[in-house]
Amino acid sequence: MPEITYRDAVIRGIAQEMARDNDVVFLGEDVAKAGGVFKATVGLYEQFGPLRVRDTPISEQAILGAAMGAAMTGLKPIAEIMFSDFFAVCFDYIANEFPKSRYMSNGQTKCPLVVRTGNGAGSRFGAQHSQSVENWCMMIPGLKVVAPSSPVDVIGLLAAAVRDPDPVIFLEHKSLYATKGEVPDGEIVDRLGTAKIVRPGRDATILALALMVPRAVEAAERLKAEHGIDCEVIDVRSLVPLDTQTILASVAKTHRLFTVEENPRLCGWGAEIVSIVADEAFYDLDGPPVRITTPHIPLPAADILEDMVLPTAERIVETVRRSLQS
Amino acid sequence: MPAATATASAATDAPGPVTPIVEFSKDQDLSAYKTMLTIRRFEEKAGQLYGMGLIGGFCHLYIGQEAVVVGMQMALKDGDQVITGYRDHGHMIACGMEAKGVMAELTGRTHGYSKGKGGSMHMFSKEKGFFGGHGIVGAQVPLGTGLAFANRYRGNDNVSVAYFGDGAANQGQVYESFNMAELWKLPVIYVIENNRYAMGTSSTRSSAETNLSRRGVSFKIPGEQVDGMDVRAVKAAGDKAVAWCRAGKGPYILEMLTYRYRGHSMSDPAKYRTREEVDKVRTTHDPIDMVRHRIVEKKFASEDELKKIDGSVRDYINDAAEFATHDPEPDVSELYTDIYR
Ligand SMILES: Cc1ncc(C[n+]2csc(CCOP(=O)(O)OP(=O)(O)O)c2C)c(N)n1
Ligand SMILES: [Mg+2]
Repeated sequence: MPEITYRDAVIRGIAQEMARDNDVVFLGEDVAKAGGVFKATVGLYEQFGPLRVRDTPISEQAILGAAMGAAMTGLKPIAEIMFSDFFAVCFDYIANEFPKSRYMSNGQTKCPLVVRTGNGAGSRFGAQHSQSVENWCMMIPGLKVVAPSSPVDVIGLLAAAVRDPDPVIFLEHKSLYATKGEVPDGEIVDRLGTAKIVRPGRDATILALALMVPRAVEAAERLKAEHGIDCEVIDVRSLVPLDTQTILASVAKTHRLFTVEENPRLCGWGAEIVSIVADEAFYDLDGPPVRITTPHIPLPAADILEDMVLPTAERIVETVRRSLQS
Repeated sequence: MPAATATASAATDAPGPVTPIVEFSKDQDLSAYKTMLTIRRFEEKAGQLYGMGLIGGFCHLYIGQEAVVVGMQMALKDGDQVITGYRDHGHMIACGMEAKGVMAELTGRTHGYSKGKGGSMHMFSKEKGFFGGHGIVGAQVPLGTGLAFANRYRGNDNVSVAYFGDGAANQGQVYESFNMAELWKLPVIYVIENNRYAMGTSSTRSSAETNLSRRGVSFKIPGEQVDGMDVRAVKAAGDKAVAWCRAGKGPYILEMLTYRYRGHSMSDPAKYRTREEVDKVRTTHDPIDMVRHRIVEKKFASEDELKKIDGSVRDYINDAAEFATHDPEPDVSELYTDIYR
């Protein structure tokens, strides 16, 4: 199977949907002529033209507001917010407008749009350009939230997001853009609300998202090789809707639960999942669920400090080993 | 008029007020030259260190725009405040912050102004009246307005200067601030550094009205376009704006027509403009060259004396780089400091 980068998968995913459906339009800052700050939209302007692929002023509220206005009439905009940190600048649309339009209008005005954004840390961008904001989005009823970890999932989930009749927040991880993965030829469409078992195992369940997935997989390989601990790694992929079935089935099998979260600790998605597991599968557990997270701190710019705070394979290995061997 | 080289489209708009240039004294020219050169050498060094992998993340260089911040600073007095976005190294040096501390912040070291936790975009010095260093485009505009609110509240005659870019001028909060500032007659100078590009987007592709000095018209805020490459023009316009603010007449807008020579940040190859465009500004309208020529022409200093200044600036920057590359990296415990009290 051919390999492509996560970055190229974004391009391919958007192109696939724009070629299929004329109602799909794409707008954002420097997305057209420049091909995106992360080069994840290169060529779309050339392929689909200035009417469908638009550079905007630096006006996030207008970008999301206009996307929603168009969506209310049936267009299916894909809007890019360059860094997920900037959600805070246009949060009104994310929190008050998109997720409530269907509800408040008796189902008349739908909001079939996708907001793509560069999320997460690892590039020494500091406190205002590195955050993992999945938990900001997850807490709002009416929004769907996905975060792919591999090129094939980027395409499949992006297609599913564009085709979904509700607003979807699509979190791309900045530190994954250069990574590669196998992607089959032809159209790819996945399903929202589905997790993926990326490494089956018997002794413990490790849930991870986005950049934390490859780290969890690496940790699982080392746990097996160095300590004989066989972990099942699940890529959660979709926070809303959440695939509780896959998660609960895994916990029923392994009896131990670990979450690996890049977001700051308080109100991270793992806390929600731990709560669900405590409710639904308490007696399946052989030990306390353990959350491995970034501490509850702003992110530092200095490389040495940034590397220290994000969960690493090393930290996952140590945490799982200590927890299982105690 | 040379300012026209810095903006093509403004020529199509009705000309606004232009403050006449006032010639600099010998001391003013020499001091402006030295500070602008310090900023340029600092930025060149930062670019080098970035290339060597000693600086990571973002690094937005101010090369080409030096006259703006230096001219404005010459119009300010003690207790006035400055706030800007992420292209902030020049502002900090002009405010009198130490090159060592700024450079050490870029390299992420213990004695950086934010102990390495802030990085290139996030440094502060209340002592020097510098209030950051902000990464969210436009965020500093309401904050600068708030600095002015505090000055007015306290009844002092200090002013604040809020710098932002041509791209930032399209952020909504800018206009919320304009209205509030005029309504409450706040002593804030909005300095729009129009360097013609916001990342890869030229101002003509992002702005319906490219004469940004007119952006305050519907709020009744006076504004003018200034040749931001001529430090004397900046100082003269700055003096006028400062006097307006100190007299309690409310905010003032100065659109500085300037140009950034380098890419948006270190990773930007700047393919959205031609080499010739950059070269033309550099060779015909460079802010530092212009002062240097004037100094020689007016015999304010000999070539030898200028070389001496150049040398001392070079030494100062080399020392800063030396310091910033040998200063220890921050201790882990710093991760948990200065989050709450
Ligand atoms: C709210 C927000 N949107 C977008 C960005 C990304 N961004 C950083 S700098 C920049 C361009 C700003 O251009 P301008 O205001 O002209 O300032 P310049 O870089 O030219 O100094 C953009 C889009 C950001 N940091 N914050
Ligand atoms: Mg600009």
